[in-house]
Parts: sequence; structure tokens; C-alpha cells
Amino acid sequence: MGGRKTGGGEVTDINRRKFLKLAGASTIVGLLGGWKAVELLAPGELDAKYLPKPEALTAKRWAMAVDIKKMNEDTAKKCIEVCHRIHNVPDIGDPRREIKWIWLEPFKNAFPGQPQEHIAERLKEEPFIVLCNHCDNPPCVRVCPTKATWKREDGIVMMDQHRCIGCRFCMAACPFGSRSFNWGDPRPFIKKRYPEYPTREKGVVEKCNFCAERLAKGLMPGCVEASDGALVFGDLADPKSEVRRVFRQHFAIKRKPHLGTNPQVYYIV
Amino acid sequence: MFEKALVGDRRYWGLVIALLAMIGVGFVLYLWQLKVGLKITGMSRDVSWGFYIAQFTYLVGIAASAVMVVLPCYLHDYKAFGRITILGEFLAVAAVSMCGLFIFIDLGKPVRMFNILLHPTPNSVMFWDMIVLNMYLLINMVIGWTVLEAERNAAPPPKWVKPLIYLSIPWAPTIHIVTAFLYSGIPGRGFWLTAIMAPRFLSSAFASGPALLILLALVIRRFTRFDPGREQIQTLAKIVTYCIIINVLFILFEVFTVFYSQIPEHMHHFEYLFFGIEGHGKLVPWMWFSLIGMVVASVLLVIPRIRRDETTLAIGCALVIVTTWIDKGLGLITGGFVPNPLDRITEYWPTVPEALITLGVWAVGFLILSILYKIAVSVKEEIMT
Amino acid sequence: MVDKSNKVINALKETGFFKPRKIYDGGKVIVGIIILFALVAFPLLYNMGKAAKVPDPKIDTPEIQKLPEKERVCVEPKEYMTENHMKLLNDWRDWVVREGSRDYIGFTKKKYTMSLQNTCLECHSNYDNFCNECHKYAGITPYCWSCHVEKPEEWAAGKPEEEK
Repeated sequence: MGGRKTGGGEVTDINRRKFLKLAGASTIVGLLGGWKAVELLAPGELDAKYLPKPEALTAKRWAMAVDIKKMNEDTAKKCIEVCHRIHNVPDIGDPRREIKWIWLEPFKNAFPGQPQEHIAERLKEEPFIVLCNHCDNPPCVRVCPTKATWKREDGIVMMDQHRCIGCRFCMAACPFGSRSFNWGDPRPFIKKRYPEYPTREKGVVEKCNFCAERLAKGLMPGCVEASDGALVFGDLADPKSEVRRVFRQHFAIKRKPHLGTNPQVYYIV
Repeated sequence: MFEKALVGDRRYWGLVIALLAMIGVGFVLYLWQLKVGLKITGMSRDVSWGFYIAQFTYLVGIAASAVMVVLPCYLHDYKAFGRITILGEFLAVAAVSMCGLFIFIDLGKPVRMFNILLHPTPNSVMFWDMIVLNMYLLINMVIGWTVLEAERNAAPPPKWVKPLIYLSIPWAPTIHIVTAFLYSGIPGRGFWLTAIMAPRFLSSAFASGPALLILLALVIRRFTRFDPGREQIQTLAKIVTYCIIINVLFILFEVFTVFYSQIPEHMHHFEYLFFGIEGHGKLVPWMWFSLIGMVVASVLLVIPRIRRDETTLAIGCALVIVTTWIDKGLGLITGGFVPNPLDRITEYWPTVPEALITLGVWAVGFLILSILYKIAVSVKEEIMT
Repeated sequence: MVDKSNKVINALKETGFFKPRKIYDGGKVIVGIIILFALVAFPLLYNMGKAAKVPDPKIDTPEIQKLPEKERVCVEPKEYMTENHMKLLNDWRDWVVREGSRDYIGFTKKKYTMSLQNTCLECHSNYDNFCNECHKYAGITPYCWSCHVEKPEEWAAGKPEEEK
């Protein structure tokens, strides 16, 4: 039997290293090619498995106009009550731990830093309804480490409570104090329970979501419906929308415009 | 080398057991916090970050200060510091561990912690903070252990440690700069929206870290046979001196900008901290103690006679540590949140459970520090004989 | 025979593996092993002889009974749902919350609104005898129910919640 000295130079001669290189390369090419072939030849899904509801309201840039002249304290309280009820927002009682998506502030708190002495008496006492402004350049979205809050294509700044880790960076970043944290279990504090919307758990942040769940079903936000026309909601990008019409007729101010967050809740004063 | 941590005299084990007891108390209370929610703390809708995040901020500074020992030794051939780089690196390990723990216990949903990695968000400073801090922990653990082991075996450390050490030098200030960026990039909080936040963090860190290192070195010299060295302590003292002076200057620079420009949004926070607003002024005595204390410490430490006497030096260092802790640990966070963005005041004070949980985490850090220092000191003692 | 086995034993002895050796701290090690065994075997020993009831999820809710026989189908076939309802619900969660789409096309080409609380629980209104049957058996507590209401009618009526 004995060993046979390989001379060298024959086509069939191949040393171990070269063989392994060739084998490895062929395996990779084979796998990739085979995988692609399976993909191409496999029966594909021709129909989508899920899609938006046909009646959903869509927009390029949702915005809200608050008409202070039409708003009064009773209407405002109705809007707040509706919003908090249809979203199971708890009534904690303790102002240090309260959760509020929409609430009333006097002018000097809604617009801090603006001089008070000579504005109309009307504004000093007027109830200003404040909520998340769904900014076009939201700092809360910029700081969220998990994209648990993000800006949708239609402009709404959404919350995904399934992903929120409760770090509260967004609360620090919001220049308007619009966000609330669940310091404990909220369920015992939900006065009027609304079975169609979930509650939240302790440990996550929440805020107004422009009633995204209602928009998806073709309905206006709850506060807008309850406001008797004091709140106007629509697509800023659509020149025919109600909100654009209102801006052609009235002057509106925004909260803290100098910070560049570009809030989309406007106040007609 | 770990076996060195398992043998020790009564005082060592007494320390370990005391720390374990504190950890136990903190742990049990933390379980309660997990069950009930963060409402057991003093935080509120307006002051949504509190004691835990404040400790984290302070400890990132301590962790970064390891560079103050490593840089002169490796970049400028100041061989004297070679004796104590291990102390700096192990202090960094203990400090960063505490940082990670403080973040963890502050989260509303800690079980979802890995969402930061599962859904990476490069535009979020917190994402980068998590990465750089964990990497820094790893780097220091590896460097410290490897170099110590090499020293023990009287052999040069492996070649790959050197580039890692060089990496740790810019990495150290980076972790603290990123932490400062958590605050200084937020548009709505006038107290934090200042470019000097990062430099102020660094100056405070490089004053408090080496100060702590000096105190630890004195403790080591007193209780073990390893002497970190008089020259080393004196050089560290000079670093503390200049950094605390710079820290005071940075605070005064801020005060100038805020009060000369007279912008209400920026002034209100300083007014709350140092004078109180509308009867709310829980932090006023603390802030004045901190500021005056820093000035006193600067003056004391700048006098060579006081700095050279190790007893008065220790007092000065303790003053630096306490005052910088008040500045970062109490003033920074609360000052940013009060008044709130709607000009309302909600004060903050940690609750007893919150304080005990915090103490528990500090105990974890000190336990890690004790174990690592026991190992390092035992190795040094072994080499000496 | 004996000769051969002796050879084998001697060969094994020569390897040195079977030398009598001293176990350091042998007492503590043995005690530790006994404690470990006790801890590990405890669940088995405690439940020895007791059989757990096989889960029997009931689908005879009044809402399902109202439907004609032919229409008593879920969004996907029963076998698929048994194995994959967790993944389905996870997908629904992301599609609804993160993508904003709320309609799902089931295997019968019928459209459903993707909602655990409002769609799934509309037919399966018996959380205790349906969802909880298998979950209790498997010893799992999905946290969906901390937010998504598992018994909408009771909850709306303000009934106190039981420990899950």
C-alpha cells in the first residue's frame, strides 16, 4: 500500500486548505441560492392580512384649534369628563400623582412668561384647556429610548404602553407638562369604567392620543364632539378643512413657540 | 485572585456583614416598590425624577474620575500613579455598578429594560448612555483584573491591555458627558438647558472622585499594610483643588448668565433653590451649605499647608464630597423640575423607603468596592513580602 | 472467565482513576448534595399522586350559541389558534398600536376588528372557563389582563376584581 508521492501540477491535485475554502464558499452560495429559490417559487400571500378600516379618518397633519371665545368652564369640564371617561383615566385625587390627559389652566400657567398686566381682563379669567400639543418636532419622541412614543405620519404623537419601560425621560422632555405617570395601579381609581378601552398598568407613561382609536373608526375625538364647536379638529394640510377655515378668519397663538417644538394645538384668543 | 476576598480579619467580615444587612433592607423594600409601584417614593407628576436618578448622576461622575489617575500615568509617564491605578479602576467598577442599579430601580417597568436594546433608538441620549456605561464597566473590570493579575505574577500585562487602557481614557469623560446630555438637550427645562452642564458635570466629577479616592487611600493605609503613597495622595489633592475651584467658577458663571440676562424661565429655578418661592424652600439651606462649603473647601485646599497635612486634607475632601453630592444629588434634579413648565411649584423630598432603598444600593456598591479593594490590597501586600 | 475479568479490573486500576481519594470538606459536600436533591425533588414529591385536571376550555357562551352552527368559527382555525393565539395577539398589538390598522381578514375572508377586549372577548365572554382554564393549568399569568379588561360586563358594573 505505501504512500504515493504527489508529483505536482496535475489538475486533480488540490491541497486541504484550498478544498476547505472551496467547500465553504459553495455551501454559502448554495444556501443563499436555495433560500432565494424557495422564496421565489413558494406560493405567495396575494391578499393582505390586515388593513386600516375603510371609514378611518386620515390626514397629513392633524391639528386642533381651541376657540377661547366659544369655550366656557362648563363646556371645558364636559370635554375633560368625556375624555377621561372614554379612556379610563383614573381619578387619583392626590395632585402629586394625578393622571390627566386634558385639563384647565389659567392663562398665566398655560402661557407662562407672557406679560400679564395689560392683556384683556377676559383672558386673565378665561379657562384655557390644555392637553398634549402633538408637536410637529416633539422633544419627547426625540428622547424616548425605546420608541414607545413616536410621531405617526399623520402627526399624532402616539404612546405604546406595551413597550414603555417607565423611564420618564419623555416627562422630563415635555415642555408643556402634558404627560402623566402611573405611580401605582390605576384601576381602583377609575370612577366610571368604560369597557371598550383598556386601562393602563402601574409603571407606564400616558397622555392624550388625539383619540386615535376613534379616528380609526371614523369618529371625531371625544373632547371635540363634547365641545359644542369650541374645539375644532382637522387636517392642516387640507385647505378645505374646518381648522384651516378657522385660521383664515382668526388669529391663533401657540404655547411656548420659541422652543421650536411646533405644537399643533392652537388657541384663538 | 478572587480567593483573596474570602479571607479576612474580623473587621473585614464585620464590614461585609453590615453592608449585606443594609442591602437586605433595601432589597425587601424594593420588592415592595415592585409590588406597589413608584408611589412609595416622593416623586410626583411634576418632579418625575428624584433621588434615584440623582444618585445615578453623582455616581457617573465618581466613575469617570478613574481617568484622573490613569491619564497622567499612561499618557504622561507619571509612574507614581501606577501604584494606584487599580484603586481608581476598581472604584469605577463599583460606581458604574451602582449607576446601573439606580437606573434599574427607577424604571417603572424594569422587566422591559431590554427594550432599549431590542428597539435601538440612536436619537435618544438614554440609549447611548446605557451603551457607554455598560462598556465602561466591562473595560474597567477587564483592565483592572488583568493588570492586577499580571502584577501579582511579576509579569508584564498582556499586550492587548494597553490599547484598552488608552480607550478608557477618552471613554471616562464620555460617560459623564453623555449623562450631562440627558439634561442639557431638553428644551423645556431652563435650569438644565445650558452648554455648561457637561463641563460642570466634569469639574464636579473630577473634584469628588479623586477626593473619594484620597479618603479611601487613607483608609487603606490605616487598616492594611499597603500604603498608596504620600506623593500619590498629594497629586490627587492638587487635582481635587483645581477641579473644585473650577466647579465653583462654573456655578458662578451660570448665575451670572441667568441673572444678568433676567430671563424669568431661567431665573425661577435658581430662585427656588437658593431663596425659595412663595414659601416653598425645602432646599434653600442645603444649597447654601453646598455653595459656601465648596468655596470654603476651595480656599482650604488651595493653601499648601492645609493640603499637605493629611488630616486637614481629609476634612477638605470630605467637604468636597458632601457639597458636590448636594449640588448634583439634590439640587440638580429638583431644581430642574421646580417650578414646573406651567409655573407651578411641587416640592420634592425623598421618602423613608426611598432613602433606605437608595442606601441599599450604595451598600451594594460599597460591598463591590470592599471586595475588589480587598483583592487588590491583598495582592499588593503579597508582592511586598 | 474470572481470569479475563481480573485482567480488566487490573487494567482499570492502572489508569489511576479509581484510586481511593480524600474528599476535602467531605461532610459539608455530602450534606450540600442531600439538600440540593431535596430542593430539586420537592415539587415532584409534593405533587406525587395528585393529578391535575386536564384543561377543558368551554366555548358554549351565550354569544356563541346565538350564532348559527356554520358561523361558529374564530378568526383562524381552532388548531392554529390553540398554538398561535399568543403570536396572533402580539401581531395585532403591533398592527393596531404601531401601524394604525384595525381590520383583520380571517381565514374565512371575514373582516374582524383587531381587539382582544372587544372582538375576542365578545364571543369568548367566559374568561374563567376559557382563557384561564389553560393558563391556570400551565401556570402562566400573561399580563395582558392588567390593562385589557377580561370581564368587561363585571368590570363596567364595578364588581371588585379577584386575585388572578
